[in-house]
Amino acid sequence: MSVATTTSDTEKFSEENFRHHLDAFWLNVPWVQELKQQNWKTYQELPLPTRSDERYRFSDLRKLKLDGYRPAQEPTEAQKADAIARSNLVGEPAGKVVFGDNFLLEFEGLSEELKAKGVIWMPLQQAAIEHPELVQKYFLEEENQLGSEKLLALHNAFFHGGSFLYVPKGVEIEQPIAAYYWSIECGEAIFPHTLLVVEDNAKVDFVDYYGSLDTGCCSTLSCGVGTIYAGQGAQVFRKIVQNFNEEALSFQLEANIADRDSQVKTIAVNLGSKYARLQNHTRIVGPGADVKMYGLTVSKDEQEFDQRTLQIHEAPHAVSDLLFKNALLDSSRTIFSGLIKVAKDAQQTDAYQTNRNLLLSKTAEANSLPGLEIEANDVKCSHGATTGQVDESELFYLMARGIPRQTAYQLLVFGFFEEIVEKISNEELRENVRKLVQAKFGNEM
Amino acid sequence: MSLEIKNLNVNIGEKQILRDFSLEVPAGQVHAIMGPNGTGKSTLAKALAGHEDYEISGGEALLDGENVVGMEPDEIARLGLFVAFQYPVEIPGVTIANFIRAALQARLPEGEKIVATDYYKTLRAYMDELKIDRAFSARNVNEGFSGGEKKRCEILQMKMLDPKYVIMDETDSGLDIDALKIVAEGVNNMRSPDRGFLVITHYQRLLDYIVPDVVHIMWDGRIVKTGDKNLALEMEEKGYDWVKEELATAGA
Ligand SMILES: Nc1ncnc2c1ncn2[C@@H]1O[C@H](COP(=O)(O)OP(=O)(O)OP(=O)(O)O)[C@@H](O)[C@H]1O
Ligand SMILES: [Mg+2]
Repeated sequence: MSVATTTSDTEKFSEENFRHHLDAFWLNVPWVQELKQQNWKTYQELPLPTRSDERYRFSDLRKLKLDGYRPAQEPTEAQKADAIARSNLVGEPAGKVVFGDNFLLEFEGLSEELKAKGVIWMPLQQAAIEHPELVQKYFLEEENQLGSEKLLALHNAFFHGGSFLYVPKGVEIEQPIAAYYWSIECGEAIFPHTLLVVEDNAKVDFVDYYGSLDTGCCSTLSCGVGTIYAGQGAQVFRKIVQNFNEEALSFQLEANIADRDSQVKTIAVNLGSKYARLQNHTRIVGPGADVKMYGLTVSKDEQEFDQRTLQIHEAPHAVSDLLFKNALLDSSRTIFSGLIKVAKDAQQTDAYQTNRNLLLSKTAEANSLPGLEIEANDVKCSHGATTGQVDESELFYLMARGIPRQTAYQLLVFGFFEEIVEKISNEELRENVRKLVQAKFGNEM
Repeated sequence: MSLEIKNLNVNIGEKQILRDFSLEVPAGQVHAIMGPNGTGKSTLAKALAGHEDYEISGGEALLDGENVVGMEPDEIARLGLFVAFQYPVEIPGVTIANFIRAALQARLPEGEKIVATDYYKTLRAYMDELKIDRAFSARNVNEGFSGGEKKRCEILQMKMLDPKYVIMDETDSGLDIDALKIVAEGVNNMRSPDRGFLVITHYQRLLDYIVPDVVHIMWDGRIVKTGDKNLALEMEEKGYDWVKEELATAGA
């Protein structure tokens, strides 16, 4: 089965393509149609980010061009089979879904036991039809202040893949759930979407993988959205692995909402794309919440990784801790811009933000813009950024045991990331992340 | 067969630290070096290990006849020199097990791989011998270790890497008496006609457990006095002023 969803003579995000999209995927879902209409309008009205936008400080806006990309079409059978075969990052997942160019290719739902407990996990499109009230309550409710309004509107106008998870009170899912999003056809755009609603005292571990079937020079656009609602005492662990090819343009807009005593942990592994922007907008709304945000980035060649984070404390006695580590090769660039905001009533907040950059080339460039905005008077907050090279005394120590310089160097670079990699509890995923990181270095060192 | 150091001159920046330093440790012997703070003992150890901050402006260091001056640290190590450092470095993100494994792997010919099961068996056996908790193998190298744990970990590495010549730089500092005995026993087990030790220490106590064949006194970048194990006792009794006075009289 192959349904053409765009007319072949148009590229780009045109009115015609948009109409086509609504008819092809959302014909009988008026509330989504309406939402998409609004967003389509917003998308057209908004300008692309400009130099003067502080939220794009240091970004190379020349890389940020949407011309030439169009909504994706259904992959061929061979491509589908390839994508499914390569979706194997996680050992024994509780559930697994695979999308290729937005199309659902494979879905292994959760166990009957979990379903009986009221857990809902399904493709977003299906959830919008079967559970409209539940989805509507959370869907796109979180505002995004980090500067990708236009991209978000584009996402909203054109998404049709993605998955929705609802975990009722007290239900714990031990094994990770994995979602794979493959970019397949050159010049096409995908819109991954993950919406996790985790009720009080429930627990979940969720992994998103983003990759390109074509590892060569095929340029694609990805504009993904991920949102976590962590209820009181909920435990949510979310990992994203962005491994598109080096021609891709990628935006990942993440939002976390943490309620009382919840534990939210996110890890973003950033490896692919020519320009990859990761936004993480975290809002702590209940006292006692504990949010950890980790980032691991390997940039090489001419890649640019643009990371913007916001830790908002609205409630007292909560902790947020951010650690983003970047290793830079060649003439690549990274930008880390993070802000901690503590509201007046959020007393006894502990908020930390650390960005560490390991420069492995003289022509690489790491930019850091840490910031604090604190209105409460009884808080512990710190932010810090360091940029440095491999430590000479560490290198000497390893070599003094007979380890050749190159191997010693690699051990130290991989060691730099271990602090983050070791946080991944699923052993197979942890090992696969190590391999992906090592593969990225290839023969560079 | 010996570790022979001939007229070694070492500078750090503009400052000369070792002055025509000469010493020979034949295989099968244990030599001890004692000397006041700042006299250049650690400089000797690190310069021999090939540290690039220590500029060797003259002289030779012969490992069984092969001059290692100018070689990269990893080459020197693979030729069979092991330095147990005074201040072992912490390596974040690299576990002891992976570290020692990489060091052993580097000694194998191209294409050959460490057999993991054998490796872990040996590692565990030595850890038990040195009374190091096995869980340490999964910890990052020296990270958060106590002073004594770091020193024991140096000896673990030494045993795993089976070197021909060993320089121990104040391995006894920071060890409690039980740990000192364990480490000394670990070293004594390794004494053999094919292996030489150069033990740097401030304390005669260590030499009760690792009994040296020869004791040297170092002063201002060179060896100024050499004797048997009783020299260490004499040193401890009389202090370095004694050496200073002797030097002054000799110079006069
Ligand atoms: N990296 C360095 N830069 C500058 N000076 C140094 C450096 N390392 C050592 N020195 C100096 O060289 C001299 C010899 O130092 P060294 O560490 O070799 O002494 P030591 O005999 O080992 O002393 P201790 O008994 O205190 O361990 C000292 O004056 C020391 O300050
Ligand atoms: Mg010293």
